[in-house]
Amino acid sequence: MDKVILDALRSLGQKVTSRIWRLGYASRFFLAMLLHSGTALRRLNLTIREIYFTGVLSLIIILVSGMFVGMVLGLQGYDTLQRYGSTEALGVLVSLSLVRELGPVVAALLFASRAGSAITAEIGMMKATEQLSAMEMMAVDPIARVVAPRFWGGVISMPMLAALFSAMGIFGGYLVGVQLIGVDEGSFWSQMQASVDFREDILNGVIKSFVFGIIVSWVAVFEGYDAEPTAEGVSGATTRTVVTSSLAILAADFILTAFMFTGT
Amino acid sequence: MSRTTLDLWVGFFVAVGLGALLFLALKVGNMASASSGDTYAIQAKFDNIGGLKVRGAVKSAGVVVGRVTEIRFDPEAYVAVVTMNLDTRYKFPRDTFATINTSGLLGEQYIGFEVGGDTAMLKAGDTIKKTQSAVVLEKLISQFMFNKAAEDGGKK
Repeated sequence: MDKVILDALRSLGQKVTSRIWRLGYASRFFLAMLLHSGTALRRLNLTIREIYFTGVLSLIIILVSGMFVGMVLGLQGYDTLQRYGSTEALGVLVSLSLVRELGPVVAALLFASRAGSAITAEIGMMKATEQLSAMEMMAVDPIARVVAPRFWGGVISMPMLAALFSAMGIFGGYLVGVQLIGVDEGSFWSQMQASVDFREDILNGVIKSFVFGIIVSWVAVFEGYDAEPTAEGVSGATTRTVVTSSLAILAADFILTAFMFTGT
Repeated sequence: MSRTTLDLWVGFFVAVGLGALLFLALKVGNMASASSGDTYAIQAKFDNIGGLKVRGAVKSAGVVVGRVTEIRFDPEAYVAVVTMNLDTRYKFPRDTFATINTSGLLGEQYIGFEVGGDTAMLKAGDTIKKTQSAVVLEKLISQFMFNKAAEDGGKK
């Protein structure tokens, strides 16, 4: 009996310790990546290539989902607002919820599953096929050559994707609200402009998406770099990227929202 | 370094992304109207500001002429001191009457200016003398009820 309890405690302790160990390793990795970023920014075409793979190729999914999210917001918002006879506020509802929350968060979640998983799988496969070791043999630092450009590509792409998501969502809300249902177009836009503030709402949304970009890219490159160099190892790392970065995005969103929108 | 189709796509992506941000700033937000031109600050003291907030509108004849920038409590006179920035294009007489109004029944509160007849104009740093506090709905209702009760009592 004692042995069972002891074993359970031991395995729990081992799990906690290994998590903390990994967190420390990830932080050290993050610092090393920042130190080696000079190369990524100097050899800009490396980063541009990554912006193409993470940003440009994510455009379709971001635009289409942004459009549909905005259209759903338009329908649901109208349904609720018409009970209070204030359907002109539809523009405010759609734009504020997109710019403040849904744009950055949903775009980051999509980005994590579309681009983050791809980055992890790519770096993991490079490790499994010993390309990273081969680079080290040739005195090429894989963090500078492979990891840092992917990280910066993700960080640069994320705010643009979030802004596109919000803009597309507002357009979708406009299509459903104004064109389909028939909310007055003038009040839709003017009430929106009256209550959306550039600094308080839009800039805070951009800051959020920037932070999410750092989180997703960091998790993705780290999981890839730290993956076990086997087929299962890479697939496990890809799953962990999506799970970890999604949870981290939502947690960070709560913290950022608590700081930014204190209700004053 | 030679140009590639990759550069074209990334350039397109960056342009579209910045375009979306510009759309948000100009069409969705109030960047175009909020930061137009210079402002000058004046103050007003109110007994009760109700639900007035920083960034609330200052309106005259229904037109937004400025924004509330600061609200603080004066611990000596026990009043609220509201600082607002007015657009330099608009000048108001010194005996302008500042009231706190509500847009609609449940809407947000704003400061309304009723223009007086003085020939001297308000300058930066001036304080508006004549103000009217926010209407507190509960006070209004209780006043009405007491008056009603007093009337009924008087009749008997």
